[in-house]
Amino acid sequence: MKSLADLHALRDKLKSDLKLRKESGTKIIIGMGTCGIAAGAREVMAAVLDELARRHLTDVQVQQTGCIGMCDKEVLLDVLRPGEARITYGNVKPEDVSKIIANHVVNGNIVEEMVVGKIENK
Amino acid sequence: MQHIRAHVLVCGGTACKSSGSQKVRDAFARYLEEYKLQDEVMLVETGCHGFCEHGPLVIVYPEGTFYCRVTADDVKEIVEQHLYKGRIVERLLYREPLTQEQVPNYDEIGFYKKQHRIVLANCGEIDPENVGEYIAVGGYEALGKALTQMSPEQVVEEVKKSGLRGRGGGGFPTGLKWQFAKASVSDKKYVICNADEGDPGAFMDRSVLEGDPHRVLEGMAICGYAIGADEGYIYVRAEYPLAIKRLRVAIAQAEEAGLLGRNIFGSGFDFTIHIKEGAGAFVCGEETALMASIEGKRGMPRPRPPFPAVSGLWGKPTNINNVETFANVAQIINNGAEWYSRFGTEKSKGTKVFALTGKINNTGLAEVPMGITMREIIYDIGGGITNGKKFKAVQIGGPSGGCLPESMLDLPVDYDSLIAAGAMMGSGGLVVMDEDTCMVDVAKFFLTFTQSESCGKCTPCREGTKRMLEILTRITEGEGREGDIELLESLAENIKATALCGLGQSAPNPVLSTLRYFRHEYEEHIKNKRCPAGACEKMLSYIIGDDCKGCTKCARNCPVQAISGAVKQKHVIDQSKCIKCGACMAGCPFKAITKG
Ligand SMILES: Cc1cc2nc3c(=O)[nH]c(=O)nc-3n(C[C@H](O)[C@H](O)[C@H](O)COP(=O)(O)O)c2cc1C
Repeated sequence: MKSLADLHALRDKLKSDLKLRKESGTKIIIGMGTCGIAAGAREVMAAVLDELARRHLTDVQVQQTGCIGMCDKEVLLDVLRPGEARITYGNVKPEDVSKIIANHVVNGNIVEEMVVGKIENK
Repeated sequence: MQHIRAHVLVCGGTACKSSGSQKVRDAFARYLEEYKLQDEVMLVETGCHGFCEHGPLVIVYPEGTFYCRVTADDVKEIVEQHLYKGRIVERLLYREPLTQEQVPNYDEIGFYKKQHRIVLANCGEIDPENVGEYIAVGGYEALGKALTQMSPEQVVEEVKKSGLRGRGGGGFPTGLKWQFAKASVSDKKYVICNADEGDPGAFMDRSVLEGDPHRVLEGMAICGYAIGADEGYIYVRAEYPLAIKRLRVAIAQAEEAGLLGRNIFGSGFDFTIHIKEGAGAFVCGEETALMASIEGKRGMPRPRPPFPAVSGLWGKPTNINNVETFANVAQIINNGAEWYSRFGTEKSKGTKVFALTGKINNTGLAEVPMGITMREIIYDIGGGITNGKKFKAVQIGGPSGGCLPESMLDLPVDYDSLIAAGAMMGSGGLVVMDEDTCMVDVAKFFLTFTQSESCGKCTPCREGTKRMLEILTRITEGEGREGDIELLESLAENIKATALCGLGQSAPNPVLSTLRYFRHEYEEHIKNKRCPAGACEKMLSYIIGDDCKGCTKCARNCPVQAISGAVKQKHVIDQSKCIKCGACMAGCPFKAITKG
């Protein structure tokens, strides 16, 4: 490190590693109940993590949740962008993940044909 | 590279390590692998979170879930339920002691709510052995700013304006101290960080060094730039092996990154830091004794002046500050003096870290704004007194401090109010005592400590504290004499006025403050040979009551044949033979024996 500018460059690079410990932007929430896991939630999770890494979307949080009672629509995947409605997608397969991330997470366009639920942001 | 979706922070502070956090960490490593989560979940060992009573602590992000008293056996469940399935393991959450309510998130716990963390901001939040994490949260920005955008004068001015005062005990204005060292003309100057932390029960400096060592290094380097020093020493007791290890790692990483060493940030400023391990003598925390110890001499104080700012280490101008003092500096430079001086009271700015110990529910470390009341610290943060007992006193400032009674609980905690009340901030140790504590015994405890730590160089301290201790001992053994209180007071005043260093000058404080607030307890001991708290063993007598059936068991249990009586007749204890061992009471099948 030779200058303050070097420090800033390094900091910007490292900062994303710690974002998780602060409040974040967009959240992706995957149903990991027994039903979800049986329907392939782990594979969907793996696809989400791969896609986020590929696109360097370091400030997107990935969380899991338990069964919410729509077991026949598992795998369920929710996208929650700050200040917007929480959208639940149903019957998600690993191959659907890149479409959801590209359209909704990145560009804010809901993938309407896969939506099974919507909770308005209060 | 994989997207990391969760961080598991395992506390690696000394307290959590001794309650088994290393095994917890190892178990996480094993089960994360077993569940094939090792690439998506990051495992981090942090420094102390301060909530030591409830350790080992584990925090899981992004949820910020706070698990307490985690054992290696709990880890499989956390991995399977929380990290794999997203279900919080409720049985491991913290419960508020008063409401029994479970609290999932760290910042909602009563213990943390009233805290304001400046010094401890990163403790428990970052990996102290990874300089990258410190940089990521803004570390070394202040050093860069000072070196490239500020003159040494401006740095001194900013620290002066912030109102920061020394956290090592005396509360001397830090900026002014830096100004004196800066004003001394010399080819060589030194910066010393005092990490001796000798007060019994204090562990805030250790926690900062273990949890966020770079913050201290950064503060020292800024000080070096301000006063014109190119070399620094950290004097840390050898009983702090983890702090020493993390300091060594931190220094090596900072040097490697060019944040210490030559020509830092291309500014032409050089600064190196050495570690000097001390042997843990209390007097070596005193600045002149400390410097003698670094020089390889016996750790004894010398008269001041000359002050270290004029003639310090190896006779060169030296600025010495406490760990916590240095830990405040980077934030002051980053956010400005005005920001800093918004916290605290008119004359005591910023925050102070306290180590809560004794009969309090939440023992641990708490950082609070100056001026908060003792009541808020003990009840809102500390969770009140254990076992539903009554509060009696709080000892603040360690062996140099004093005991404050219930009537002083609403006192604002700042340097000057504490001095006026007969105590002192000291390093920030708080020992909470309940109704079962004898205040004469407490004074004796602290004086025993200072007496044995007295270096012996000056007579008032060497002889005076010994005489005071003898008097206290005889009072607690029921041998107190008329005039003992007055004798204690006159000895105390003499020692305070004439001892060579702060050790002797403050040693009588625990006696004086207990005499001020609990004089009647001394009088009870002396006049009525009675310890009102029932704590002084030698003054107790065991008495056989009317429930005695004359079974003879106590007489047979008594090791000194002090009990007599015929079979099926009430027995009696010969008080002149009794050695107060309690064997009679412990063995009585009818609970007929009482102590009082
Ligand atoms: C007996 C005695 C023990 C001391 N122990 C410590 C100590 O453990 N840590 C500390 O920082 N200061 C200790 N001090 C205070 C130091 O002499 C010195 O004032 C302090 O390190 C200055 O730093 P500050 O201005 O940042 O508080 C002690 C003083 C005395 C008289």
